[in-house]
Order: sequence, then structure tokens, then C-alpha cells
Amino acid sequence: MAGKPSYNLPIGPIHPALKEPINFTLRMSGEVVQEVDFAPGRAHRGIEWMGMRRNPVQILHLCDRICGICGAAHALAFAQAVEQIGAVEVPDRAYYIRTIVAEFERIQSHLLWAGVAAHELGFDTLFHLAWQVREESVDIIEYITGNRINYGIIMIGGTRRDITPDMVPRIEQALKYYEDIFAKMGNLFLNDKTIQMRCRNTGILSRQRALELATVGPTARASGLKMDVRKDSPYAAYGDLDFDVILPDVYGQETVGDVYDRIVVRLFEIPQSINIIRQCLSQMPEGPVLAEEKYAKILSGLKKASGEAFGRVEAPRGEDLHHVRMNGKQEAPEMWKVKASTYSNQMAWVDILRGEQIADIPIIVASIDPCMSCTDRVALVRQDGDAGIITKEQLHRLSVGKTRRMQA
Amino acid sequence: MRATKTPQQVADHFTSRFGGQVTNVRVVEWGEGAKKVPKRSVWMTIPRETIVDAVRELTTIDFPHLGVISAVDTGDQIELLYHMQVFFGGDHEEIEITFTVPVPKNDPHIPTISGIIPGAVYTEREKQDMIGVIVDGIPDNRRIFLPADFPENVYPWRKDEKGIPDTMIKELWKVDRPQGRPSPAVKVVEKPDPAGTDAESPARQEQPASSGGEQ
Repeated sequence: MAGKPSYNLPIGPIHPALKEPINFTLRMSGEVVQEVDFAPGRAHRGIEWMGMRRNPVQILHLCDRICGICGAAHALAFAQAVEQIGAVEVPDRAYYIRTIVAEFERIQSHLLWAGVAAHELGFDTLFHLAWQVREESVDIIEYITGNRINYGIIMIGGTRRDITPDMVPRIEQALKYYEDIFAKMGNLFLNDKTIQMRCRNTGILSRQRALELATVGPTARASGLKMDVRKDSPYAAYGDLDFDVILPDVYGQETVGDVYDRIVVRLFEIPQSINIIRQCLSQMPEGPVLAEEKYAKILSGLKKASGEAFGRVEAPRGEDLHHVRMNGKQEAPEMWKVKASTYSNQMAWVDILRGEQIADIPIIVASIDPCMSCTDRVALVRQDGDAGIITKEQLHRLSVGKTRRMQA
Repeated sequence: MRATKTPQQVADHFTSRFGGQVTNVRVVEWGEGAKKVPKRSVWMTIPRETIVDAVRELTTIDFPHLGVISAVDTGDQIELLYHMQVFFGGDHEEIEITFTVPVPKNDPHIPTISGIIPGAVYTEREKQDMIGVIVDGIPDNRRIFLPADFPENVYPWRKDEKGIPDTMIKELWKVDRPQGRPSPAVKVVEKPDPAGTDAESPARQEQPASSGGEQ
């Protein structure tokens, strides 16, 4: 690359949709990324600070709103921590309902991601198909919880709604729908020549680096790191159920740790979720779903509780960790630390973007499922001070253009 | 499959290796679901002089996954909690390990563990932002979540005079529009010159010299 001018390519900051919107600065040599730097925190809302001034039931509703997609995961992790501190006896049936909601959340999140990935590659028919298919899971979440997002179904000591026997056929219908469409989706994503060309050997993260950088979830699993909180430290009903951790070799190919493997892992987690929900529906014990219906009683019990614990949940994007410490003197926790899954995965960008082309940035950035589109506004700054702005639209067009060239 | 240990064995390993430096050892089990399959955790308090050795010792057992470093303001000191997991990848075999490291507020230094776990830089930077510890030897010393114009010496998680002052959160209606903000880095070029002359050259001259090439 000697002789080519090197310049900085800043991407972002943007999109206040997430806890961690990002500002990238990429050191470029021609078309190739040399160094990567990023600055998150552009929409840090101070949720932990707010939580340390609120009572646990109020925090639960803040948890729903940490992320619009992983609403149940954060609430589950927080409830898990608080229930340990207060030694709350959650009814068994509630654990199963929590699991069902969490798995439908995984289906909708993975399909949302699949659509975004297809869009970044310029495969917009597939993007529309994936999002159309996703609707069914969002509808079923609304059917169970009453809300499409911010479900508000998790409560300390159980869940706020039950799944009654007359609801089971509708849920079964949704599972059948996904089973039927999975072969088609799998074929479109995994056997399409263009997707293979763009995603194979792109943005590789080795198993060793995945471990050292403390990555989580599908990003870690795509690199061959067998790690899934549902299996490692079971919570809710996962300890009762029979399922395997999805690794890229499930598709019968060697693990590379590239973007393609991340597609494989996420896609095959959809039938896994269907299987888990089926097991939950058939094994669900009878009984109440909430340990205590009166919030005031829950709160007065928790006010006296002291101790610390953490809850860990496998959100669609990876591990969520909530650390809570309560001192028995006040309603609000003394400490509440939230660790979302993207928090752990962002360090991987530095590795997987290095050596790649500008046109591959959108799909690689999206491949860890950061739940944001960081490429709203891109400015190209050359070292001699020559400046131009690339919009998200233009960067997207660069990516689509590369697809077209490869197809030609 | 890797050789795994029980939580008690892990705890004993650390007490025999570091002796009296390891205190408050707790082994906790918590089960959910109908079968109550336990998730197991070990908690121990470790002095800050030993934390790097303790993490290195943990890598000899199994390379840990660092969940996060949490931090609590307990009055005279700050407690940092290193949440890590070992033995993942099996069937309910994981052990969650938490090192609690007290750091006095009048000397809030802690050595970095990023030499062993490179991914720790992210969460160590957050601790510098949020609770005002100083991580010695951190390879990247910049702020991470707080904005560049956030005041120095204010740490949101502190519960003392260095926490968020009321002036930053109360009676915000008194606050006028922000003053003295830097102007946008790039000025919008009005319209390309239809005559075909170089429309970019005026924009280039208006460009502040400092905006390019910063890392």
C-alpha cells in the first residue's frame, strides 16, 4: 500500500436508538482499513444513575427500555439478581413463561438482524422478506404480553400474565409458520452465491481473539467459542430443557469466524428457539405465575433485604449482566450495573475491520448485531484537509456497487 | 472436555495460593426452573496489589470470560467487582467468579488487567469515567461514555461531593441554550456551481485546520 495517501474516515456519531451509538474513526490506506478507533456514549442516558434513585419495581420498567429489541433480557437479568438478594420464591410456571417470551424475542431479534444484513449487502428483496417474516413473532409477543416492544411482562417474583391453554394453539401456529419458512430462509441466506461471496472470509475473528476480547453471544459462537449462558449457567427454565449450543459447524462446514458464520449461527438459533418453546409448552407446570401480587409487599420485603448478586441472561446478542447490591436501609439499590451484550462485542470491531475495504464496513459493523445503524453520516477527511461528506446513502451504494461488480 | 473444578476447589485454590490476602470467600448456588439446576458462583475479596496476580492465576485454571467490572461507592472506599466466568462450554459446568477489590478514595489507583485480558480496556475506561478510579497502565486513557464537555472531577456513580451536583439535574429550565459550543467541523456548501468551476475550494479554505487527521 506504499504510496497511497492515508486518511481518516470518521463514521457517526448517530442514531440515538441504543445505549451505545458509535463514532468510528478509521485510518484508511486507499480502500483498505488500517486502524480502527471508536467512541461510544453518544446517547448515554445514565440509566444506572436513574436506577440508583428508584425502587426495584420501577427499575424493572427501566430495564424494559434499555433496548427496544432485548426488552425481556434486561428485565430478566435484573429480576434474577433481585430475586437472589431478596430470596424471592418464583413459581415454576413463571420461569417457563419467561423462557417462552425470551425465545420469541430471540426469533424476532435474529430475523430483524438478518433483514438488516441483507439490506447492507444490497439484497433488498431478502430484507423485505425477513422483516415480513419477523412480524409473526412480534405479533405473538403482543398476543402473550400485550405489547410489541417494552413487554412489561416480567415482574419481580414471576410474570404479570399467564399463558392460558386457549392461547397455546395460536402460539403453536406461529411455531409451525417458522418451521415451514425456515428451509426457504436458510436456502436464501446460506446458498445464495452473492451472500457467500460477500460474507465468506470477511471480517474474521479468531477463536483466541474472541476469547481475549471477551466477546459474547452469536459473535463469540461464530468464532467457535462454545459459550451460551442458557447452557452454562442456566436461568429461568433452561436448566430443565434439552438443547445444544449452536456453533457454525451445525451447517456442516468448517468454522472460519467470518460474517457468514455469524449468519449461520443466528439462523440456526431460530429452529433452536422453536424447539425450546415447544418443550416449554409441553412441560409447563400448573400453578400461579406471581409470588406476590401486591407491589407494596414486594417492595417492603426488598427494602429490608441486603446483599449483592448478579443476574446473567443470554440476550439475542449475547450475555447481559446486571450486578445489584442492596443495603437493607433504602428502597433503591446501592449499586446497579448493567452490562449489555454489545458492550462486550464492540472491542471485536477493531480486529474484524482491520484490512477490510470501505464497501465491506457496513456488513462487518452490522455482523456483530450492534442494534444500530452507525453509518448515518460519514465524513471523509483526507490528510491534506480536503473534506467531503459521504452520506449513509452513498456508503450503502458503495456496498451495493461491490455486490453488483462481484455478480458481473 | 476441559477438566473442571467445583466452586469450593476454585476457592481453595485461591486461598492456598494467596493465603490471608483472600478474604470473605463465599460460594453461592442459585437454581431456577422446576429442576433448580444450580448456577454456581464464588465471591472473594482481594487486595489491589494482588488483583493482577489473581487474574493471572485464574488463567492457569481456565482462561476466563470477563463479564464486566462493576464498582460501588461504599463511603471511604470504592469497591471494584471483577465478574468473570470459567468452565463455560459444558453442560451447566460454568463457575462465576467475582473478585471484590477495595480501593481507598484518597488514593484511587488500580492496576490494569488488560495485559492479561485485552478486552478489559473497555470496562476499565468506563470505571475511570463513572467512579473516578485511576487505572494504572491502561493502554487507552480516553473517556468512553461521558461527553467531551462533561466537567472534570464529577463522577456519576459517586455518592459523595464528587457525584452529580444538583446544579446539573435540578431546575434545568433555568439553563439557556448551550453557549460556546464548537462550530460544525464542515460547513455546508450552498450549491454546486453550475458553471463547472471547482465548488469545493471555498469549503476547503473554511475548513478549520485542526479537524483533520486527529486520532
